[in-house]
Amino acid sequence: MNPVNYLYLSALLFTIGAAGVLIRRNAIVLFMCVELMLNASNLALVTFSRLHGTLDGQIIAFFTMVVAAAEVVVGLAIIVSIFRTRHSASVDDSNLMKL
Amino acid sequence: MTALNLAATGTTSLGEAVQFWVLAVVAVGGALGMVLMRKAVHSALCLAATMLALAVCYMAQGAVFLGVVQIVVYTGAIMMLFLFVVMLVGVTSEDSLKEQLKGQRFAAVLCGLGFGVLLIAGIADARLNHFTGLSEANAEGNVPGLARLIFTRYVWAFEVTGALLITAAIGAMVLTHREHVKAPKTQRELAAQRVKDNIQLPPLPAPGVYARHNAVDIPALLPDGTIAEDSVMETLRERGQIRDVSQEMLRRMAELENTTADWLGRPSSERPTVAGPRKSLEPVPAQQPDAQTDVPKADQEGAE
Repeated sequence: MNPVNYLYLSALLFTIGAAGVLIRRNAIVLFMCVELMLNASNLALVTFSRLHGTLDGQIIAFFTMVVAAAEVVVGLAIIVSIFRTRHSASVDDSNLMKL
Repeated sequence: MTALNLAATGTTSLGEAVQFWVLAVVAVGGALGMVLMRKAVHSALCLAATMLALAVCYMAQGAVFLGVVQIVVYTGAIMMLFLFVVMLVGVTSEDSLKEQLKGQRFAAVLCGLGFGVLLIAGIADARLNHFTGLSEANAEGNVPGLARLIFTRYVWAFEVTGALLITAAIGAMVLTHREHVKAPKTQRELAAQRVKDNIQLPPLPAPGVYARHNAVDIPALLPDGTIAEDSVMETLRERGQIRDVSQEMLRRMAELENTTADWLGRPSSERPTVAGPRKSLEPVPAQQPDAQTDVPKADQEGAE
């Protein structure tokens, strides 16, 4: 098996995540889709690290994980505070700025 | 370790190929399940499965440290955070199937397909035939190699990461902190409010009958034989889970009284009549006064 299959898997997962962000309406599930996209890019980075024979790709994947953890913490805090005021986690309901 | 080194080289063994195809199916299935499941909890569990599969993929590619971090940070911390928020927001909340924009779902699927084809075609076109492999880079071990890079070439990014994490933690605390608009009521104010409202001044009656039953779903009896609905908590009352055992108790007390009367040889005029069965939650009819008046006596004897 050619290790390039990992890249195909990564592309597939990224695509599923991106389509999920467009399809789903629940803010929490949207966040999960974003996490899936980040994971897919991590897999690509690890595979690139193997391709080049250096560890830099793994370092970048590591930093991606840290940023993802921080992003999830802040994002979920925002979702919780929106849920407290609007009593809904659906992104369709947050339309105060709509004309 | 030799297996890991072999896995980290440019070619893949048969074992890695088998493992890849198994895990790829799991990962893609989990991802599709996450997008397609209607309940957020199911989505979260599907995503956890995908992340575990990816962690094994990392390890198979020589990124042992990242695989462990993936399991600890992603499936451990981040998914737990997701599940906490799902529980907070409501497990039962489902996505509405109503489309806010017409044809948006179809367009989204189309966009996804186009994007995927573009991405995969790009990779297929790239001629990635020579994989160097990590056996050289991982020669002194994966973790020492990563540490060498993090603390030399990427030390600045590493320090900035620390600042980012602190900012995120403070941001989460600020965002979820609830400010009291007015001071919370003291106990004295609450008591004054209760007197002012004048709905239920004394404490609610305790549940249970005759010190025989003290379960929370058994209502207490009022002096006239009716049950005190206040003694059962509101949740059980609304569910209709009040268990009225007062008739059973009255019957047993009357039986006890009758055995005493038998032993003492009392005439039948002094014996209590056994109350007939009555429906739950209905007051006792007024034409059975002797059964009611005999109850406290029977109770005292039963307690002795």
